Amino acid sequence: MSQADLTMGHHHPPGMTVGLPPFVVPAKKMAMWLFIIADAATFAACLVAYGFLRNGTANWPRPFHSITNVAIMTFILLTSSLTMLLGIRAAKAGDKSAAFRWTMITALGGVIFAALHIREWLGLIDEGMTMFHNPWGTGLFGASFFSITGLHLLHVTGGVLALLVVGIRYMGGRYNADDLEITGLYWHFVDLVWMFVVPFVYLLNLGH
Amino acid sequence: MVSPPDVQKHEPPARYTDPLGRYLLIYVCILILAAAQFFIAYTHIDSEGMFARMLFVAIAEAGLAVLFFMHLWAEKRGFLMFVLVFTIFVTLAMQYGWTDSNRMESGAPYTQKTEAVSQ
Repeated sequence: MSQADLTMGHHHPPGMTVGLPPFVVPAKKMAMWLFIIADAATFAACLVAYGFLRNGTANWPRPFHSITNVAIMTFILLTSSLTMLLGIRAAKAGDKSAAFRWTMITALGGVIFAALHIREWLGLIDEGMTMFHNPWGTGLFGASFFSITGLHLLHVTGGVLALLVVGIRYMGGRYNADDLEITGLYWHFVDLVWMFVVPFVYLLNLGH
Repeated sequence: MVSPPDVQKHEPPARYTDPLGRYLLIYVCILILAAAQFFIAYTHIDSEGMFARMLFVAIAEAGLAVLFFMHLWAEKRGFLMFVLVFTIFVTLAMQYGWTDSNRMESGAPYTQKTEAVSQ
């Protein structure tokens, strides 16, 4: 009997290693990493398409005159990654109440970020920006801006919901620290994407 | 005889037992890099130079987040290589069409200012 059989507790044909997770990463965690890789490719494709349009369009608008709002949003999202880490750290240490508290603080950070983001959208819409028209230049700007930031906002919203559900179920005993860690991976990824959205979508379109 | 799988020999998985100070240090580094991007936005350099600097800083930020916040550094090296090589390869493979983007300026629909917009 191979060591694999002994490890898994049941028999498989020789040479078969069914059930052994690749790279010895648990299945749920591996699934999340594969999702993150695919999602990274999605965002990369969006940003490349955006850059392609921006590079090829003469009258690309530069509508942003203040960085205050996007700076606050960035700070909140980066800080929420730290609070997520603290939550997972507490969960791994067995401190359930602290883990729950930090997870809820992280979700709150996500809610504030989303609220600021929507406020910014409404401001731009008030100035006359839609998906296909704006007062400053090519209509492509609205389409690319709303698509990229909208996709990110969708991820933040999904992340907040996931944090609430997993946090509450963790507190209720249905989920464990590993589940919280996997949700944390997703939240860090959402944070990571923002690190690329800010410079390319906001800062390069800053009107001086 | 089937050789035993690599179950016993792997490094211990990430256990989130790093000192709190390390997390704070990484957090502060990422904040500083984010601030650097805002600083770059206000420097008087050409668009290409600004883009290159911002991309470099963003990659540094993302690297810190992936390796230490997402604990990829603490996973098996094979897994780290799988994630990084796969993602970087796919991302680089998307860059093949950049030179063609310059041709859009003279003809693609919606790239020109319309009458309704120019009011």
